[in-house]
Amino acid sequence: MRHLLLAALLLLVPFASPAIDTGSAFEDPAQQARYERLTNELRCLVCQNQTIADSNAELAQDLRRQTRNMIRDGKTDAEITQFMTERYGDFVLYRPPMKPTTWLLWGAPVILLLFGGIATVVVVSRKGREGDADDAAAAGGEAR
Amino acid sequence: MRSLRYLLPAILFAALLAVFWKGLFLNPGEVPSPLIGKPAPAFQLEELTRPDETFATADMYGRPALLNVWATWCAGCRQEHAFLMQLAKSGEVPIYGLNYRDEREPALSWLKELGDPYEKTAYDPKGVGSLDWGVYGAPETFLMDPSGTVVYKHLGPLDGNVWARDFRPRIEAMQGGRR
Repeated sequence: MRHLLLAALLLLVPFASPAIDTGSAFEDPAQQARYERLTNELRCLVCQNQTIADSNAELAQDLRRQTRNMIRDGKTDAEITQFMTERYGDFVLYRPPMKPTTWLLWGAPVILLLFGGIATVVVVSRKGREGDADDAAAAGGEAR
Repeated sequence: MRSLRYLLPAILFAALLAVFWKGLFLNPGEVPSPLIGKPAPAFQLEELTRPDETFATADMYGRPALLNVWATWCAGCRQEHAFLMQLAKSGEVPIYGLNYRDEREPALSWLKELGDPYEKTAYDPKGVGSLDWGVYGAPETFLMDPSGTVVYKHLGPLDGNVWARDFRPRIEAMQGGRR
């Protein structure tokens, strides 16, 4: 019983994890929403598979502070992402912009889907025909 | 036509393998700097060793110059320091320092202990000036031409090989262009 209780308590431990972003929230909920969206779309360059909202690296703290200040100063989202890409390149964006070097990146899923779709249609229609043949053979067998 | 059915997936697989194989040897840590070819971002920061002075980006103009981002918490910086000392002694190009997210005391004793290769060092404990330069780690080294345009950025420690391969030809090109 005690073990069970202990296990249950241990399961609660993850909920006690401290927040990464310790800055105070915006008073304006719209600004807070923009802040959260932006920090979740900007990459932390130190720990590259984390957004600056997820990461506790010092660079992420700096970029969060920068984002916060720019929102407070009334900058638009476009101005903020431009500020970041001017300094860190497109790499800082989790949503890369559409341009010739990224056409393949954006187009690949469509191409693959098309490819898979065609393959599926071909295979299914062929199977269908084989199935018909089987049915015919079975029907023939019954008739005999 | 029949054989294509078996060959095609094999070819696709081989192509995928080639892509992944190449990807294995790319370094995702090397993010190309969008600053290349652009004017060096302006900063105006306290000088590390002379706190009453300021060090501004414009102080580096007029000659090809290096801006080396370093900090005492950075192992790669210690690794490259001997090379920087040697480079400073050779007088090939002036080296400026950008002390990134560090503290003054340890930074000063670092320079006392290992030598000071820098003409000037900007003290940037909060990373304010460094943010404009797109600094995201240390060491990083920027090469600027006399007009203050960023020509090249190197990530990681400098050494003789990197210098001969990536820096010297660019500096020589600048000097050739001026003559």
